[in-house]
Amino acid sequence: MPEPFEPRTDPDVDLRVPADRRELTARPATILAVIAAGGVLGALARAGLQHAVPHPPTGFPWATFTINTSGCLLIGVLMAVLGHLDGGHPLARPFLGVGVLGGFTTFSTYAVDVQQAIVAGAPGTALAYLAATVLGALVAVGLGDAVTAGLLRRAAR
Amino acid sequence: MTVLLIALGAAIGAPLRYLADRAVQSRHASVFPWGTLLVNVAGSLLLGALAGWPAGPAVSALLSTGFCGALTTYSTFSYETLRLTRGGHRLLALANVLGSVAAGLAAATAGYAVARALTG
Repeated sequence: MPEPFEPRTDPDVDLRVPADRRELTARPATILAVIAAGGVLGALARAGLQHAVPHPPTGFPWATFTINTSGCLLIGVLMAVLGHLDGGHPLARPFLGVGVLGGFTTFSTYAVDVQQAIVAGAPGTALAYLAATVLGALVAVGLGDAVTAGLLRRAAR
Repeated sequence: MTVLLIALGAAIGAPLRYLADRAVQSRHASVFPWGTLLVNVAGSLLLGALAGWPAGPAVSALLSTGFCGALTTYSTFSYETLRLTRGGHRLLALANVLGSVAAGLAAATAGYAVARALTG
């Protein structure tokens, strides 16, 4: 089965995908509102988890590590499902991918937590966290995509 | 109150990521995800500065947790890396990972240093 999403690299918006190019001019307010709503939900979920599992500056940021790796697993699952559905509902990617998962995961907290661990005199923790997040995220997104695409292919037969 | 401030920051940060990504791509026809790299580095710079600034809990909820958290993204970054790899652009995928991490860390360090220097 050909992958319908082919030229896509960027799950947020990829201007090589015709539907992505058109969506903002077609209905700008709806697209931006849906992204904002999803972003709020994702950010509040992230804040809740970070609040529930705090970490000292020298400690391993388990909450953010879990948030980022699980968010990467879920974007793999989501994009495989949407690809299978030929893009799915036009607001599904903006709401779930750009909004919820984009708002849930965070690159800035990752970078600053690494930097703060170095400042706090825990370079070992900083390096472990830096590497574990990158590797965990890449394994998670690959797994989410491959397992979902495999299951969908099997179900379609 | 904290919840509302986080929500407000995220309601601005997430759409701004989408708009910035579009703006970068419309000026730059490249397979390399410059748009996501830009928002991730800009967000890391700002969050680094906020970490070095004596910011109160309200500012922290609005700008750090809400705005910077939603502006930047790990899921988009990882999916782009996967797609680059699948598309046969292995070197670009590697450059995206190393470049994003190095630039994000450098931006966080620079933001923190500038904020600390300004606040003494």
